[in-house]
Amino acid sequence: MDNIQVLDENGSVDASLFPEGLDDGKILEMYRYMSLARALDNKILSLQRQGRAVTYGPMLGEEATQIGSAMAMRENDIFVPNFRQHGVFLLRGMPIELILLYWKGYEEGCMIPEKVRGFPYIVPVASQMPHAMGIAFAQKYKKSDVAVIGYVGDGGTSEGDFYETLNFAGAFKLPLVTIIENNQWAISMPRARQSAAETLAQKGIAAGIKCVQVDGNDVIGVYKVVKEAIANAKDGPTVIECVTYRMSMHTTADDPTKYRSQAEVDAWKPRDPIDRARRYLSGKALWSPDFEAKMQEEQAKVIDEAVAKAEAWKPDPKSIFEHVYSYMPEVLKEEYDEAVANDFWQGEVSS
Amino acid sequence: MKVNMVSAINSALNLTMQESEDVVLLGEDIARDGGVFRVTEGLLNKYGERRVIDTPLAESGILGAGIGMAMAGLHPVPEIQFAGFMFMGFGQLINHAARYRSRTRSTYKVPMVVRTPISGGVRTLEHHSDSPEAFYSHVGGLHVVVPSNPYDAKGMMIKSLHMQDPVVFLEPTKLYRLFKQEIPDEMYEVELGKANLVKEGTDLSIITYGTMVNQVTTVVEKRNLNADVLDLRTINPLDESAIIQSAKKTGKVLIVHEAPLGFGIGAEVAARIAEKAIFNLSAPIIRVGSDSFPYPFPGYENYYIPNTLKISKAIDRLLGA
Ligand SMILES: Cc1ncc(C[n+]2csc(CCOP(=O)(O)OP(=O)(O)O)c2C)c(N)n1
Ligand SMILES: [Mg+2]
Repeated sequence: MDNIQVLDENGSVDASLFPEGLDDGKILEMYRYMSLARALDNKILSLQRQGRAVTYGPMLGEEATQIGSAMAMRENDIFVPNFRQHGVFLLRGMPIELILLYWKGYEEGCMIPEKVRGFPYIVPVASQMPHAMGIAFAQKYKKSDVAVIGYVGDGGTSEGDFYETLNFAGAFKLPLVTIIENNQWAISMPRARQSAAETLAQKGIAAGIKCVQVDGNDVIGVYKVVKEAIANAKDGPTVIECVTYRMSMHTTADDPTKYRSQAEVDAWKPRDPIDRARRYLSGKALWSPDFEAKMQEEQAKVIDEAVAKAEAWKPDPKSIFEHVYSYMPEVLKEEYDEAVANDFWQGEVSS
Repeated sequence: MKVNMVSAINSALNLTMQESEDVVLLGEDIARDGGVFRVTEGLLNKYGERRVIDTPLAESGILGAGIGMAMAGLHPVPEIQFAGFMFMGFGQLINHAARYRSRTRSTYKVPMVVRTPISGGVRTLEHHSDSPEAFYSHVGGLHVVVPSNPYDAKGMMIKSLHMQDPVVFLEPTKLYRLFKQEIPDEMYEVELGKANLVKEGTDLSIITYGTMVNQVTTVVEKRNLNADVLDLRTINPLDESAIIQSAKKTGKVLIVHEAPLGFGIGAEVAARIAEKAIFNLSAPIIRVGSDSFPYPFPGYENYYIPNTLKISKAIDRLLGA
């Protein structure tokens, strides 16, 4: 099986593998998005620490996998995330305030604008993969040339839903690109103990699917393999394992010092996806400290505005009743009316 | 020892593991990490990887493995990280754990205790706050228990591990660390299928369990009510005689649970009272539950879970009838 790396840790590219049609402008754009994703990640973490967001799963270290793959999608391609693909949402044009609403604990954060061509975060691990496969089935049925890109973690590849998805996709030759975002950990479970398989990509072999491993911290490499998989999607599915690393905690409820060493984390620092892209751009004189400062300032402003919007928004409790069905059945209306008539939401009983 | 529910369950697991080599724990993140709620903390060090097993991320596999281990002579305790993820292995519980004994006329049995956190009120993400006790009770063949305090949690866990049946042991997340209680250090059992009369009174009966026990006693104390408060503790099999006895005594019944109202445990309890004690009642039975739809995102949970005001208004209706 191929294991692809185009951009190495020093920022040099392997010219023989450099993807066709990728120019420096696009690499710069990917750099900007990776930086934006990291800035947003930090912002949500700090909001969470202040009680202004719910439990949050950071994406630190996984920016190249997400931005490289999202950049490779064509306008009409569709993605299906798990719970960690904040970067994919960003690049696909999801308003930041909606991402924030989700992580502040409101369903309204799942009201994804049509142009994003993505489905909402999914929490039950790997259960989104059969949906991605079904969405791909529908594309084939409708004779559209749209490809579907589904994301799953290394841990998620142990679930039955994952194997069933690959098997269906192979059997029906569906236009499905499965991206395994292998960040080496599933909460406290290291990759090596999750599966005896040498690679996770090879799980595609048994399903008769093309599979490839790529350096998930190499934004150019990820872009390349996803682009190729999408181009081939009309002929059948591909499994891509992006080998990356979860630099932060699993979620804000997790304490990774209980199960992994700082030395292991430190060993991944030199492979940082953003530093690597910066070295490349710097070598081409497309990056400077001034550029960086200006970009960071702009991005902070964009994020702060989105935070202000999200925090100005007020939830309406009626909404939890209104969207259970396409209409409000009488028995549900009764529960709603009772709550309103009795002011149940106003608080607790006093003595 | 004065402990919270986490330590109480941990103590029960520790004592039963000491007692029998057959008791084996398996689940996601239960060994090195000690479980995401730390219920299995320290047990890896004490009993080793052979008996405290971190599994791959696969709930149907965990529960199916538990069934196989149980039938092969072990007494497994699978942990499912959150009740919402137990549905990934629902088929194993409903199709197999619930039926092996009856379909083989007790030739095969499934001594297994499935542990999982349930219920909400602690601002968790989607699928981390479900109260699924009705699903597991409806099939029959599975004991379903929901402890509301450390004493019961320890005693019911030990009792469950001394039985030869599958038990679905549902642990309310909100109660894990809410309060501590003085409980015996050593082994003791709390019977399954027996409710606990938490408060005794004559004016009304409030039947409840799990997270709502505290809410109900708060209201009863604040309003100084003369009420029976019955904590079911075991959902299946129900302690019908305790329910009927209290209903006959007071003639007024309120049932309170956090699970959604529709098709819930309250309906089962109400139906049994209607069948066996309706002529002793002086008012219609009232149920309080969460609204009849799936648990909302955490930003909305306070509009969804019954609060003390909702319970109190239901009591007004019951007493005013
Ligand atoms: C079906 C299911 N089981 C358990 C969980 C709890 N859980 C959330 S994330 C996670 C680990 C996921 O690991 P991986 O698939 O590698 O994704 P990562 O978190 O590393 O992005 C677990 C066990 C869940 N959300 N869904
Ligand atoms: Mg992972």
